[in-house]
Amino acid sequence: MTDSTASAAATQKLRFYQKGTFTVGNRLAPDAERSVQASIDRSNALTCGHRACQGCGEALGARYAMDVAMRATGGNLIAVNATGCLEVFTTPYPETSWQMPWLHSLFGNAAAVATGVAAAMRVKGRPEVRAIAQGGDGGTTDIGFGCLSGMFERNDDVLYICYDNEGYMNTGVQRSSATPPTARTATTPAMGPEPGNVFGTGKNLPRIAVAHGIPYVATATVADLHDLERKVMKAMGIHGARYIHIHVPCPLGWGSASHDTIRLARLAVECGLFPVFEAEHGAVTNSRKIRRPVPVDEYLKPQRRFAHLFKDAAGAQRVAHLQAIADHNILEYKLLGQEEDA
Amino acid sequence: MLKQIEGSFSTAEAIALCRPEVICAYPITPQTHIVEGLGEMVKTGELKNCEFINVESEFAALSVAIGASAAGARAYTATASQGLLFMAEAVYNAAGLGLPIVMTLGNRAIGAPINIWNDHSDAMSMRDAGWLQLFAESNQDSIDLHIQAFRLAEELSMPVMVCVDGFILTHAVERVDMPAQADVDAYLPPYEPVQVLDPKDPISIGAMVGPDAFTEVRFLQHYKQTLALRLIPEFAAEFQTRFGRDTGGLLRTYRADDAEMLVVAMGSINGTIKDTIDEMRADGFSIGLVTIVSFRPFPTEALRRLLAGRKHVVVIEKSFAVGMGGQLANNVDLALRNTPAAPQVHSVVAGLGGRAITRASLHRVFRRAMAQPWEGAHFLDLNEEIIGKELHHVRKVRRSGPTAENLLRRLDQAAQSTAAE
Amino acid sequence: MKHPFAITLDSGSSLANLTGSWRTMRPVYVDRLPPCNQACPAGENIQAWLYHAESGDYESAWRVLTQDNPLPAVMGRVCYHPCEGGCNRAKVDEAVGINSVERFLGDEAIKRGWKFTPPEAETAKRVLVVGAGPSGLSAAYHLRRMGHAVAIYDAGPAAGGMMRFGIPKYRLPRDVLDAEVKRILDLGVELKLNAKVDNILDTMKAGRFDAAFLAVGAHIGKRSFIPAGSASKILDAVTMLRSMEGEDKPLLGRRVVVYGGGNTAIDAARTAKRMGATEAIIVYRRTRERMPAHDFEVEEALEEGIMMKWLSTIKRMDEGNLTVEKMRLDKMGFPQPTGEFETLEADSLVLALGQDVDLSLLDGVPGLEIKDGTVQVAQNMMTGHDGIFAGGDMIPSERTVTVAVGHGKKAARHIDAWLRGDVYEPAEKHEMASFDKLNAWYYADAPKTVRPMLEGARRQSTFEEVQGGLDETNALYEARRCLSCGNCFECDNCYGVCPDNAVIKLGPGNRFRFNYDYCKGCGLCATECPCGAISMVPESI
Repeated sequence: MTDSTASAAATQKLRFYQKGTFTVGNRLAPDAERSVQASIDRSNALTCGHRACQGCGEALGARYAMDVAMRATGGNLIAVNATGCLEVFTTPYPETSWQMPWLHSLFGNAAAVATGVAAAMRVKGRPEVRAIAQGGDGGTTDIGFGCLSGMFERNDDVLYICYDNEGYMNTGVQRSSATPPTARTATTPAMGPEPGNVFGTGKNLPRIAVAHGIPYVATATVADLHDLERKVMKAMGIHGARYIHIHVPCPLGWGSASHDTIRLARLAVECGLFPVFEAEHGAVTNSRKIRRPVPVDEYLKPQRRFAHLFKDAAGAQRVAHLQAIADHNILEYKLLGQEEDA
Repeated sequence: MLKQIEGSFSTAEAIALCRPEVICAYPITPQTHIVEGLGEMVKTGELKNCEFINVESEFAALSVAIGASAAGARAYTATASQGLLFMAEAVYNAAGLGLPIVMTLGNRAIGAPINIWNDHSDAMSMRDAGWLQLFAESNQDSIDLHIQAFRLAEELSMPVMVCVDGFILTHAVERVDMPAQADVDAYLPPYEPVQVLDPKDPISIGAMVGPDAFTEVRFLQHYKQTLALRLIPEFAAEFQTRFGRDTGGLLRTYRADDAEMLVVAMGSINGTIKDTIDEMRADGFSIGLVTIVSFRPFPTEALRRLLAGRKHVVVIEKSFAVGMGGQLANNVDLALRNTPAAPQVHSVVAGLGGRAITRASLHRVFRRAMAQPWEGAHFLDLNEEIIGKELHHVRKVRRSGPTAENLLRRLDQAAQSTAAE
Repeated sequence: MKHPFAITLDSGSSLANLTGSWRTMRPVYVDRLPPCNQACPAGENIQAWLYHAESGDYESAWRVLTQDNPLPAVMGRVCYHPCEGGCNRAKVDEAVGINSVERFLGDEAIKRGWKFTPPEAETAKRVLVVGAGPSGLSAAYHLRRMGHAVAIYDAGPAAGGMMRFGIPKYRLPRDVLDAEVKRILDLGVELKLNAKVDNILDTMKAGRFDAAFLAVGAHIGKRSFIPAGSASKILDAVTMLRSMEGEDKPLLGRRVVVYGGGNTAIDAARTAKRMGATEAIIVYRRTRERMPAHDFEVEEALEEGIMMKWLSTIKRMDEGNLTVEKMRLDKMGFPQPTGEFETLEADSLVLALGQDVDLSLLDGVPGLEIKDGTVQVAQNMMTGHDGIFAGGDMIPSERTVTVAVGHGKKAARHIDAWLRGDVYEPAEKHEMASFDKLNAWYYADAPKTVRPMLEGARRQSTFEEVQGGLDETNALYEARRCLSCGNCFECDNCYGVCPDNAVIKLGPGNRFRFNYDYCKGCGLCATECPCGAISMVPESI
């Protein structure tokens, strides 16, 4: 039948994959547009049988990052791991769940060891073999800070990935310099006149990395796989010192449900407390826009480490303080606004 | 080829001959000239296929070496004293992982009080970590031992420390015979790792080992060190055949065959001791010298055979365990344990913090050992007067102040009063 | 290379550690019932055919659709889409335009001449279908596909029932209807027109029919007693609309009043406008909110200039005018007379007060139960008389084409079983895929496409279709807005979010399998499954 109308159809942008744009894969999308994780051939650099807790964000983040790096380098990759959860749950003798060359030396030297690996590959005439260093927030922002800064300053060809679960989780949930204010940890108990971690402490390691002027710095989260993959892929295309800081919720340490890991990571971004951005050579270049803004409460409430904030007026004031931090992030990193269309 | 150059630089040249692939350097007196020398050679292209990395701490230095070695490259670094302690975690780590790293230790005292001069306290602090420890008597020794060190490290798959007395050797200009590259290449083949990080054959290195297997891992380390007892003399013999010099293997002797008294010592002090022995021999004393080259592994058997049946053994060393006495003396005691007809062992602690050890003092102490044996460690040339005054002061005054400063002041005062007299 | 003891481990040796033993809950893949499927009176597997439409495989989509409903092009024009009313997407942005996509598929099928697959084998059973309306055509289609010989007897001159004689052309073009009817007949269904059945039992015996499905509809317009002058022109809406198909169209004059509040009233008024009435007014005794007519029909009518007179009843008609009494709603919402009257000019009055069934064919049939003018049927669509089934407007039901089509399918299944001496047991329904079971974050914001509409002036003067269809890009866009509620659409989320790599991807079309050797039961897969196709159940310990 002919439809001889002057069409009054509303003009709308035809987003072809409006279903499943945010999902891991999409059966309607060509392979090249799907994530590495969607592929049946993904390398599973971190495979089954490891001893991470149920719902571990770090296990997820590590596999995400390593599989991309493996694809980017065609498998020519060596990983150096700091002591911590990731190292402990993946390599208890006699089992290792790594399916790639992997070295664990000490707690604070992952960055330096990776420098050595990279140097060895160059000198052996195999510059296509790349080095990645990885560690938790404790091993990166605290004890590993010196080596990290040294590696940055020398612009060694190392990608350092920090899995930030905001505490020393492997040793029993103690505070690190990445622990957010008010959070309860074993060394910042929720007691006394200022329960939880005090305000005003803590280092912003991504900003410190940016200040070193290295070729590439990015923050990422397990809640946004496509963005994380894009960033690791981009980083592997650059030579020189690179730093990626991935937010990985820890159900045990945060007191959250094991199935909430990704949801919490998402809320952290959406409330503004974890800004997702990229920087090159000392300047922030872009940020990922918040899709559906929420107040910080929504992010804090499902975590028992913040439970003490919801008991009284003093707690409410602290929540307001956290909200102020989130609001500041939103302004500083321009987290609200239009995403450039992919 | 004969040369007359500063010890650090001759050591650097020797290292360079060994074709290191990754060198990492953090400055600390007295090793700085070694790594500076190597750095220059890399920059000019004289030393090819070598990555020279300026790191931000000693901990980073050994860590970079660990990474490089695990990835299959021949790695080298150097440090001393405080730096060695700062990398202590990595020292144990390298040994535990079995990585054949060679490190020069420019022996220096450990603070507090801060002291940049030579003694052996730094080497002693890491004697249990599982590294091989070789002591050089001269700068020629340093050259020769470094070459052997690489060979030993890679054969055994364990790290080796070559100890070179700070300032005394490092900064002394001596005549040395620098080997030829071809000879070193023949003696030291390219590095063939026992385990290596390689994408073609992925493995995980550095697992967490629990109570069920940890003892076995450590025993295997222990066993490897005992293998070294055989390999060190073997490689030294090979070295002698090729290069014409005998470094002695585990130990060397001087006029020891019929000696009633044997002196045991390590490092550059042996030079002075030999002169003293010559003089005493001329005076009719039956005295000889055992120079320990390999402190780790400790040549227990060889030493026992040498010392058994002697009347006196004087152990003279540049370090001591606070409250316990000299470590070398301790190890010698161990070697003589359950030995019938064991000699009297006399322990002398000398040269701490770089204090000069004179022939006069040595004469005095060797003779005293024969006539008036003593118990425990004897501190050579101890200034008993200021000690006495300090002890008295401390007993009288609660806030007596820092010991070191007090002693310095007293020394100063003593010097001034002497001058006034 | 022999590795140093314990310090160095071989790749992937952790596979020896079966962490599945940690579980207290286990994930299982489920298929939940999407609300659209649930709501569809014809029982279409909407999610399933949208799935095919999304990838551009329109023929597969059409074939899945027509498993249940043989009239998609019609349905895409006349169905009131309760599916869209239940659509979970409405809670994200707007409901998926299921109806538009159905229409697109129906039109594609006609354009490309897709045919139904003939039955594999014949059963040698004969079934009579009385009435070639949507219910009868649907029953005939399903029965024929099951291999039975089917004959449709219809009293009228053409097939279609209310689709042809009730629904105006501007809503359902006749060439569309013809094409879909023909396609059913092409399966080998016999059609006898102008063949009113006077007595069902006689007809069955004469034609050696083993069973009968009655779907004669309700096409007798109800009339209420309105005192009228002799020259007053009063007719019922059903007759009026039916006569639009023939040569003699009714002369309604310039001012037409339609009495009633249902969809038929709207159809009548809009038709009257197109027939040249300068004024078409709908008089209804209650208010707009209480009108049974669908709201969008009211909207379209208003756009076309139809006027509405609420809270009014017609007391009498004289030549050229009506007397109307104003009503008011009492506390219970019932209209009560106010005693106030007014006069309304009108050339003709069309009564759209409901429809009755012509039950004459059932005279003398024992065992039937008639109530409120409709035939009562059991759960299996059978009347009180063995072998005689009924459906559509003639049984108690909501009176729409879609419901009728649903009846036809349901009855066909029961008839088929009955003919074999068996009983048809419908499969148990799966758990509902309600919105709380979805993770809507993953669906990108995509508002519904708006179907192009004919401009107002053009609408009023012609019978061209008012609502255009979607073209392919729009239809594809629309189909892809489907959330696939409760049914895996292979988004790879579970495969991607498992921290333990414990989901096995089986390849395109084969979905996934859990590796229970390693699954720790954390529940991330279930939480992050966008369409709620994973359920966490307690592990048996």
